[in-house]
Amino acid sequence: MTALSPAHDPQASAVPPVDGRPPAARRRKGGRRDNSARQSRAAWILALPFMLLFVVFTAGPVISSLYFSFTDIRSRDLRTPFAVTFVGLQNYAHVFADDRFRTAAFNTAYFVVIGVPVTLGIALAAALALNTGITKFRTLFRVGYYTPVVTSIVAVAVVWRFLLREDVGLVNTVLRWFGVNGPDWLGSTTWAMPSLIAMASWRNFGTAMIIFLAGLQSVPLMLHEAAAIDGANGWQRFRHITVPLLRPTILFVMVTTIVGYLQFFEEPFVMTNGGPLDSTISMSMFTYQQFGFGNYGFASATSYVLFVIIVCLSAVQFRFLRSNT
Amino acid sequence: MLGNRKSATSKWLLYTVVTLGFVAVITPFVWMILGSFKGQGELLRVPPTWWPQTPTLDNYRTLFGKGLFPRSFANSTFVAVVITAANVTFCSMVGYALAKLKFRGKNLVFALVMATLMVPGMVTLVPLFVLVANLGMVDTYPGLILPFLVTPFGVFLMRQFIIDLPDDLLDAGRIDGAGEMRIFRQIILPLCGPGLATLGILTFLGSWNNFLWPLVVAQNQEHYTLPVALALFSKDQQTIPNYGLLLAGATVVVVPVLIVFLIFQRRFIEGIASTGIK
Repeated sequence: MTALSPAHDPQASAVPPVDGRPPAARRRKGGRRDNSARQSRAAWILALPFMLLFVVFTAGPVISSLYFSFTDIRSRDLRTPFAVTFVGLQNYAHVFADDRFRTAAFNTAYFVVIGVPVTLGIALAAALALNTGITKFRTLFRVGYYTPVVTSIVAVAVVWRFLLREDVGLVNTVLRWFGVNGPDWLGSTTWAMPSLIAMASWRNFGTAMIIFLAGLQSVPLMLHEAAAIDGANGWQRFRHITVPLLRPTILFVMVTTIVGYLQFFEEPFVMTNGGPLDSTISMSMFTYQQFGFGNYGFASATSYVLFVIIVCLSAVQFRFLRSNT
Repeated sequence: MLGNRKSATSKWLLYTVVTLGFVAVITPFVWMILGSFKGQGELLRVPPTWWPQTPTLDNYRTLFGKGLFPRSFANSTFVAVVITAANVTFCSMVGYALAKLKFRGKNLVFALVMATLMVPGMVTLVPLFVLVANLGMVDTYPGLILPFLVTPFGVFLMRQFIIDLPDDLLDAGRIDGAGEMRIFRQIILPLCGPGLATLGILTFLGSWNNFLWPLVVAQNQEHYTLPVALALFSKDQQTIPNYGLLLAGATVVVVPVLIVFLIFQRRFIEGIASTGIK
């Protein structure tokens, strides 16, 4: 990845000079304006239903949430959400001073820092295997690996809660074949979080694998052949050909996975209820609980903390992608 | 192929690892389905049985006898169908405008869509609930449906799809005197089949599996969707869970989606891949 300065951005030089229109276009200016007015009207008619619903149910709430986070709105203000007191940054001060929120933030970081590399590692390994070595049953493997992605997290969490039981759970049964006595996974402050990470990786690696596979298809075979002739082994070819060419794909998958994992909610909600001893409570779960207690302003502030982190990550991604393509 | 010099052992090893992975990924589902036909006694036996020793339909009978699950199944289906139809319609309309038409405010609309692509559900939770409560729509179908009738992701997907269609077709239509609406309906839409199918499948799936909003807005059993019914049902039995019932419930949530997925797996996988490349 060479550091391209904005001035060398190929897109920047693609902007046409101000008066670069061909003379023919200038002559037909009147007709063009007619056409463009017609297009503009049609476009807005087509966009109208979307814009109405989008403004009311997405853009509006995003802004209201920011506004709420600076007020003391509670559930009793439900009918008068605009007759509440502005409290400035007080909610945010309370958020960062809250011990449970800090625990939730730590747990979320734990989930992301371990979960994302594990998920992407499995996904990349599966994609490489399916892309190079496997010829028979390729579709079967691909479909199988992708299957957990389409299923409801709530449903698989219910199933995994059973699989992870200490006595009759399938996981510990398999471990016992090898002479290992597995712990009470979800009942242990040490093992509950790794269990959730394992389940999330199992459920989500399929998406990343599919995107990696698509990316690998665009790596020219010729490069690999040339390198092989020069005596590069498999690992060297992976390290110096595949990885650099796959970098934008890896970055995209990494950011979307991080953004998804930062919001993890259903897994602890169903499997551990945030326990034992808050060891699996996530930021999203914390927000949900505050909402349930009726602390609307406080809940909005916690959700905005998460949102700001996500926005920063997306910005990083756009920056890198622009300097890469 | 490069692999032709690979030794047979390494090939064999690769297949073994990939197959083991496959088994590990699929086992929870097989276990879930088989377990849903076992009684509580058999489910708690050590060591666990694999194939049901005394297969029973009792779990499903209890589940559907209660009336909760059939109702939730109908709710999930209804909500997902309406949301899918709306997204397919509205998102392709805007997608076309953003991809092929010139209009004032286009960049702003597109910027808004891109900016909200990654907004977490938690951020809009409180204001949406306040809004829906003031509209008197808590615990109603409109309350479950309205917030999801359009999604920025759907617009993005359709725009990316339509932008690749050749401009010549549109120009030909314009020369023949067709209005933009007619061009959209008679030229663009028929070419959008694969894009609409991808959007439709992903939207249906998203709605079927959606949890947070239905959990908040559906407050009585009559409006629960399947994931809400299952999650609250499982929370009710923290002490001595009836695993057979839970596994049957999970099966009811998962299996319809699995069937749809296996039928349309190509479409699914291409759809996911296309979101990554573009």
